Amino acid sequence: MADIYLDNNATTKVDPAVVDVMIPYFLEQYGNPSSIHKFADGVARGLKQARQQVQALIGCEHDSEIIFTSCGTESNSTAILSAIKAQPDKKEIITTVVEHPAILNLCSYLEKEGYTIHRLPVDRAGRLKLDAYQRLLSDQVAIVSVMWANNETGTIFPVAEMAEMANAAGVMFHTDAVQAVGKIPMMLQDTKIDMLSLSGHKLHAPKGIGVLYLRRGTRYRPLLRGGHQERGRRAGTENSASIVGLGKACELALEFIEYENTKVKAMRDRLEQGITEQIPHCFVTGDMYNRLPNTTDIAFEYIEGESILMLLNKAGIAASSGSACTSGSLEPSHVMRAMDIPYTAAHGTIRFSFSRYNTMAEVDKVVEAMPGIVATLRKLSPYWSGDGPVANPEQAFAPTYS
Amino acid sequence: MWDYSDKVKEHFFNPKNAGAVVDANATGEVGSISCGDALRLTLKVDDNSEIILEAGFQTFGCGSAIASSSVLTEIIKGMTLDEALKVTNQDIADQLEGLPPEKMHCSVMGREALQAAIANYRGEEWKDDHEEGALICKCFAIDAVMIEEMVWANKLRTVEDVTNFTKAGGGCAACHEDIEAILEKVLAEKGEKFDPGAAPVSKPVEKIAAVKTPLTNLQRIKKIEQVLESLRSSLMADGGDVELVEVVGNTAYVNMTGACNGCQMAAMTIAGIQQRLMEVMGEFIKVVPASEMAKLVNIEVA
Repeated sequence: MADIYLDNNATTKVDPAVVDVMIPYFLEQYGNPSSIHKFADGVARGLKQARQQVQALIGCEHDSEIIFTSCGTESNSTAILSAIKAQPDKKEIITTVVEHPAILNLCSYLEKEGYTIHRLPVDRAGRLKLDAYQRLLSDQVAIVSVMWANNETGTIFPVAEMAEMANAAGVMFHTDAVQAVGKIPMMLQDTKIDMLSLSGHKLHAPKGIGVLYLRRGTRYRPLLRGGHQERGRRAGTENSASIVGLGKACELALEFIEYENTKVKAMRDRLEQGITEQIPHCFVTGDMYNRLPNTTDIAFEYIEGESILMLLNKAGIAASSGSACTSGSLEPSHVMRAMDIPYTAAHGTIRFSFSRYNTMAEVDKVVEAMPGIVATLRKLSPYWSGDGPVANPEQAFAPTYS
Repeated sequence: MWDYSDKVKEHFFNPKNAGAVVDANATGEVGSISCGDALRLTLKVDDNSEIILEAGFQTFGCGSAIASSSVLTEIIKGMTLDEALKVTNQDIADQLEGLPPEKMHCSVMGREALQAAIANYRGEEWKDDHEEGALICKCFAIDAVMIEEMVWANKLRTVEDVTNFTKAGGGCAACHEDIEAILEKVLAEKGEKFDPGAAPVSKPVEKIAAVKTPLTNLQRIKKIEQVLESLRSSLMADGGDVELVEVVGNTAYVNMTGACNGCQMAAMTIAGIQQRLMEVMGEFIKVVPASEMAKLVNIEVA
């Protein structure tokens, strides 16, 4: 069997149909969309169509609410920096402890500049407490930025409800929806969400293309100023081939949204069940009952994630981990720490994320491979003895800090 | 994914001496579970000869932690305790054909487990003498704690100072923003303000003209001496020193003396010296501790 790709929350394969619609924009319609000649006369139409395809997927009212950017990170930075530039007297930002670094690191930077950052905590299942959030909303808050779904656990936040609350308090609301768009249905025009970020490469479009949805009437200040592109809201020559590709990808995502929530979900559930039934001392992290259909994050106690990934890779299986070592940092994933997952489990978390390209046969192969991999590493672990963890693992092995 | 050497992969996929040694009479447990790397080393030591008869490891950690543990047990089996104490983390990294800078601490952990196990055998208490911080400079593997300590101890004020004293920031320069943040923090603690335009407190490392043409061995030795001389001031600021012992082809054998001797950072320092030599001399130079010369002789005899 060919190698198995279960790392679709990291990035996805570009759909061949997406590649097909892109190619003419490299080889024939390569003119600058602003030019008046036949090398460019189809580009504006292509961009218009792409805008409508994105609009249909996220359910916004106008296609002019779609601003094409270079990636999810750019969309996130644009949204937050726009809100604080447009409202210079408001010096507070509300976000959560489990956001992607694209939000967290920007907020930490703004904190140094004098902003007050409120980071909403989560419980052990990764859920927010909305009463705490309600108390923080005030006319001092420039923007709320809360992810729609968590990239590690797939846990979904109640962004529609939170946007209503922000709106009632007169506060702008942004959501980083790069993991949610294309995996769960959405209808932005029925919500009070002012801004939303999405990223092409998470939904079978290429890397290097993103969108900022900007509700009509939302006060806005561009990040990149220059030419008139995107109605002056994001200067820079349009990445026409990728924009057209993203449009096609959005059309396909809408077509497959039911498949995603039935067939893809069934694969995820079978994998999760197969693993947790066979392997002792492992558990699913996040909110099991309110998750993306394609994601499961499983903590394997007493072993470390990078080692698991290396053995998985050897078996032809691609996934990712929240361990410190996979990122070169000193702490395991901030999402695991925020949920108070013990270190002995947080370092051993493995995220399997599916797409419509996966198959049940692949699921069976992974379910077959995992027990041996976990057992191999537990044999090496100082916390493990024979068939189970040593008694009182924390006391039995207490290394001198080095 | 990390760019691991084949040797690392070999030891990870087929670890040697995994598990605890039965009837072990020496145990060393080091690491930090919060960082995700911890190791228990068990040894069976012959009480008369002090020769390590058996060594076994149990490791919670990543690929390079497991590989470092495995290779460590292979290195020390058959050694006397005194010989084993001379094993450096660089020896472990070398046996693994190198480790990524973010992973050098895995080799340090191996060495510390060994020291802890030997201390345990001898009834001594082993104390870890360094704290590890977030990796700041990836070119020279210098962490935040090291930089902070140097800023405090030597009253450093600029990024250039930090580079002169620690080598951090002397390579690709991508970490200069992080170094400035450390300077801002430490200086604020001292009631001072960071000024990027401040005059450096330390004498910058003397600029030596890079050589272009191929060198004779004599020229090479002279040039190496010259570079070492230029680095000496920053080493002496740490209470250490370096001595050139021998040059064989493109390999320079050095003795790290004073505080550098046995310092956790000695391996990093050697890597830094090697980098500087290569920059100046425009050719590949390998810098190796003089203790490695014994192996060289053995090879020649064989």
